[in-house]
Order: sequence, then C-alpha cells, then structure tokens
Amino acid sequence: MSMLRFLIRRILTGIVVLWLVASAAFLLFFARPVATVSRQLAGREATPAVIAQVTKTLGLNDPIAVQYWHFIDSLLHGNLGYSYFTQESVNTMIKQDLPPTASVVIGGMILWLVVGLGIGILSATRARSFFDRFSAVAVLIGLSLPTFVIGEFLLLIVFVPLNQHGFHWIQDQYSGPSQGIGTWIGHMILPWITLAAVQAAVYTRLMRGQLLSTLGEDYIRTARAKGLSERRVIFRHGVRSALTPIVSQLGVDVGQLLGGVIVVESVFGLGGLGQVSVQAIDTDNLPVIIGFVIVAAAFVVVANIVVDLAYALLDPRVRIS
Amino acid sequence: MSISGLEFQAAAVEGAPEQAVEGRSQWQLTWRRLRGDKVAVTAMIVIVVMVGLAIAAPAIAALVHHPPNIAYPNTGENAVGNPVGPFTNGFWLGTDDTGRDLMVRIFYGARISLFVGIVTTAIGTFAGVAVGLIAGYFGGVVDTILARFIDAVLAFPYVVLALALAIVIGPSLTVIIGVISFFSWAGISRIVRGQTLSLKEKEYIEAARSLGAGPFRIMFIDILPNLLAPVLVLATLYIPSAVVFEATLSYLGLGIQPPTASWGNILAAAQNFYQVAWWYTVFPALALLITTLAFNLLGDGIRDAMDPGTERLLAARRGTKRRRLERRAMKGAGPSDAFPDPPRQAQPPAGLG
Repeated sequence: MSMLRFLIRRILTGIVVLWLVASAAFLLFFARPVATVSRQLAGREATPAVIAQVTKTLGLNDPIAVQYWHFIDSLLHGNLGYSYFTQESVNTMIKQDLPPTASVVIGGMILWLVVGLGIGILSATRARSFFDRFSAVAVLIGLSLPTFVIGEFLLLIVFVPLNQHGFHWIQDQYSGPSQGIGTWIGHMILPWITLAAVQAAVYTRLMRGQLLSTLGEDYIRTARAKGLSERRVIFRHGVRSALTPIVSQLGVDVGQLLGGVIVVESVFGLGGLGQVSVQAIDTDNLPVIIGFVIVAAAFVVVANIVVDLAYALLDPRVRIS
Repeated sequence: MSISGLEFQAAAVEGAPEQAVEGRSQWQLTWRRLRGDKVAVTAMIVIVVMVGLAIAAPAIAALVHHPPNIAYPNTGENAVGNPVGPFTNGFWLGTDDTGRDLMVRIFYGARISLFVGIVTTAIGTFAGVAVGLIAGYFGGVVDTILARFIDAVLAFPYVVLALALAIVIGPSLTVIIGVISFFSWAGISRIVRGQTLSLKEKEYIEAARSLGAGPFRIMFIDILPNLLAPVLVLATLYIPSAVVFEATLSYLGLGIQPPTASWGNILAAAQNFYQVAWWYTVFPALALLITTLAFNLLGDGIRDAMDPGTERLLAARRGTKRRRLERRAMKGAGPSDAFPDPPRQAQPPAGLG
C-alpha cells in the first residue's frame, strides 16, 4: 500500500516538473524577436505586408498569455505543434527520429552499466592488484576525455583502418534493427562504446568505492563466519547494499546521458532527436525545439521514477519515509 | 613495579625534550600527506607548467614567429593544400587546415580552457556553498524550495539547455561562462546542504547561538570552515569537467568562435582532416587529456590527503600483512596469547544522539 502511495506521489511530482520544464522552454524561446522567424519564412524578397501576414498566420503576434494557452491546450491533447518550415507535425518528426536515439540510449546504457559495475566489482574484490591499478588508470582517462574526442579517436583508429582493409562490418551512420541485427550492431557498436566510456568510468569508480567500504562492515564478517561462499557474500550481502547510492546517482545521470547522445549523434552522423534538435536550434524552429525539450524532460522524469522505484525495492527504509 | 622503576620513569619524563609533540592543523597535515604523494605532486607540476605555457602563449608565438591567427599558405600547407606535419618548415607540431601554427594555437586555446575552467568553478563554488548553507541552515520551506530546485537543475538534460541558451543569446565567452557556472553549483550545493544539516545540530553551534551569534555569523564563521575540505575536493574535480564542457560546446559550434583558438573548436575543425593529418586531432586532444587528467589526479590526491581514514587504512593494511607473515612463521607453535583480539570500544546505544 505504501508502495502505491509512493508511486502516485512520484508521478504527481513528475507532472509538475514536466509542466515547469515546458513553461520554461516556452518562455526561453520567446526571448528572441519573432521578426527573424517570419522574415526567414517569407523569403528574401518579401514585402513588409507578406511578413506581417506570415506572423499573423503563425499567431506570433498574439499576447504571450494567449500563445501560452494554445501551447498548453494542444500539449494536453498530445499535440506538440507543427514545424515552422515544413508544416510537418512535430509528433511525426519525433516518431521518425526516435529509433536512432533509442538505439544509442538503450545499448549505451546497458554497456555502461555492465562494464562499469562489472569492473567496479572486480576491482573492489581484488583491491590493490594489477587489475585494480590498471582499471584505475583507465577510469581516470575515461573521466578526463570528452565524449566527442573518444568518438573521433574510435573513428580514427577503428573505423578508418578496418574499412581500408576491406572489413566493412563496423560502420558509421544509422541502420535500424530491421536491416538485420548484425548490421545494426555493426553500425551502433562505436556509438555505444563512445557513450558508455565516460559514464562507465564514473560507475566503476563509484562501485569500487562503495563495495570496498561495504566489505569492511561487520555483517560481512558475520556472513563469512557463518560459512557462506565468497560469491554469495559479495553478491548477496556486499553488492546489494553497495548498489543503493549507485542507483540514486543513476537518476541524476540520466539527464546528462541525453547531452552525450547529442554529441554521439553528431560525431557518427546518426540523425536522431539530438542532431535534429541542434539543426532546429540553428534555424529557430521553435515548435521542434520545444518538442524535443519536452520529450527529453519526460524521459528524464520517467527514468527518475523508475530509479526511485528500484531504490525503494533495494532499500526498504525509503518506502517508510 | 618496583620503586626504582617508578623513579626511572619519572626521571625519563623530566628529561624529555619540551617540543616532542608538535600540534599541527588539519591543513598542515593535509599538505604533508599531499607532498608525500608522488602522483599528486606530478599533477601539480603539470598544472603549473600548463598554466605557465598558457600565460606565455604570446611569448611562444613571438619565439617561433607565428602569430596564432596568421595563415601561412606557402610554408604551412603542402602541394595539395593539406596541413604539414610536425617539425616541417619550423612548425613544431605541424599546421592546421589553413596553414596556421598548431602549437601556438594549442597554447592560445589553453588560455581559454583554463580561464573558463577556473572562473566557472569559482563562480559555481561560491554560489553552491551559499545556496547549500542557506538551504541546510534555515531548513523548512526555504530548504524545500531550494532542494527541489537543486534536484531539478541536477536532473535536467543540461547540454540541451546549454545549447539552447548559447543559441538564444548568441555564442560568446560570457555566455559560455554563465552556462557552465549555472550547471556547476547544484552538485556542490547538495553536498554542502547535507553537511550543514548535520553540523547545525552540533553543540558548538548551540553554544554560538546562546552567545548571541546571528544566523549569518553561524553559517559563515562557524559552519563554513568545517565544510571547506569536501568543497575544495569537489572544486578541484569540477575544473576538468568545466574544461571538457567548454570543449564540447565549442566542438558543437556553440562555444568560442573561430578564429579565436579553443581546444574544442580546433578539434571540431580537425574532424574533417583526420585521414590526412593525424597531428591535427592528436595534439589538441593530448593537451586536453593531460590537463584534465592532471586536475583529476590532483583532486583525488587532495581527497586522499584530507581523509584521515587513508592513513589508518594504509597502516591497517601494513598491520594485516605483518600479522599474516608472523602467523605463517608461528604455524604449528600451538595456541598462544601473542595475538589477542583488538580491544573493543563500547558503542553508544543508538537513538540517544
């Protein structure tokens, strides 16, 4: 019961956060004069009358309150508006551009968690060994390199030489899983590694630190003393309680992940929401940008609810408070 | 113990040198531990050298006679117009795609990167400490609002917002500094708030309040000094991430605009030439890596040096190793009382604090 109430409360806060983000995005982009948009749309030779007409059709002259009302109203109907330039529905655009972004995010996240937590656990259980020192150096390098530099290096030292020598499995650009899973992985493997590298470094370090301090606790000694196998001690007693702070960190990092996605999509020319929104920002295409910001915020909010639920499952104390 | 033994001890105490035990402050202890950490010292030297090179960039440009924004189409490009490699025609690290001296541009880029990194961290740290102290100390409604705001900033896809802001206001150094600072205070705030929450319940704060100290005096004179250690560590670790953030914004074309050199925009321009000019990508990336790595290592070093647990941990490890060796030597010697259990300290019952 308390779990259900917890869930409802989290969803309500999530809706408030979404509303705040949408309003902020709406206001932010009105900081810019509307004349630029109308002028671009009307063409170079446009007379002031034509420009005024365009401004009127788009409703850019209405008081901000009225425009805001229209915006919220259509948002509640699940309509994100239409592109200023192509009149295309933003919903359709986002649906089209979602597959590459989803591929990058899901694959990258799995790789990041598996590698990060895996190496973290191995380092903590072999503290001060060669493996531990080696992974510490790798972690520091991962932390110190920006995502785009890692991506470019992968292009330079993996993609180019392999393709020059007739090995064409690893590719840039995007190709969906419908073209065959093997092809899809070949296209996505470098973006996944790029996205995962920085984050995996952060999680390796976190996991190692947490697990090392957990393994020093008295109850671990008790578990060993009562004759449990080392594997059971580490996973059932050590890792499980070391995971709680890591899961709460995960909620914070989901937002940052989206920034990485934009960079990865640009480096590998994947298309996708990030690249499209950067282009939209370039052309002042307000509805597309707001659409992206809202979808991004919704993703962050949902991910945070999932993370909180996982947290509550791992740590019973959270449910009570 | 016999009388003579006691007399002997008394004599020994009287004869002991006066300055046998020297009091050291936390900062002195930290500095001593840090000095002994070879990696941290190396990182510090690297940072000083990098800052020196950045400051000396105009002098280096004068030394090699290549100003940063001047292209040399004749000596700086080969027959087909591509960059020339390292140590050709007096270009130590080669040239970029328009025939400018890459080394000089990297050092000029260091000025931007280090400036942005240090200034944004300073702003973010001040703002973060202030907000965290206020939220943690006042509590109640103030805390609820500020804490939710901190969470919102932390959870927001900040590169998206940074891109949007940079576009709306137009890219410039000021906007970059503003954007990066805006996203760096929240993490510090959260830590400071948490520490303040527990520190303000201590007796010495109650004592200060009963002496008539106002909230701001308590926050900044009594609580703040106890928070400096974690804040300093965080700040050292924020500098490299700010450097990386600036490079990313410039790489996406939203940061420092050419012809002004920054590591991000050099790497962005190099993107199209990695097949013909490896040095164009590798050297600026190396400069970035070395700088951020040095700051990260220094931050880790400071954290270890400030944590008294580190020394205990090392001592404990030495202890277990010695004990293991001794145990091996004693094998088969039968039960002995040579290794009694360490004395247990009584734990205060929970719930009395």
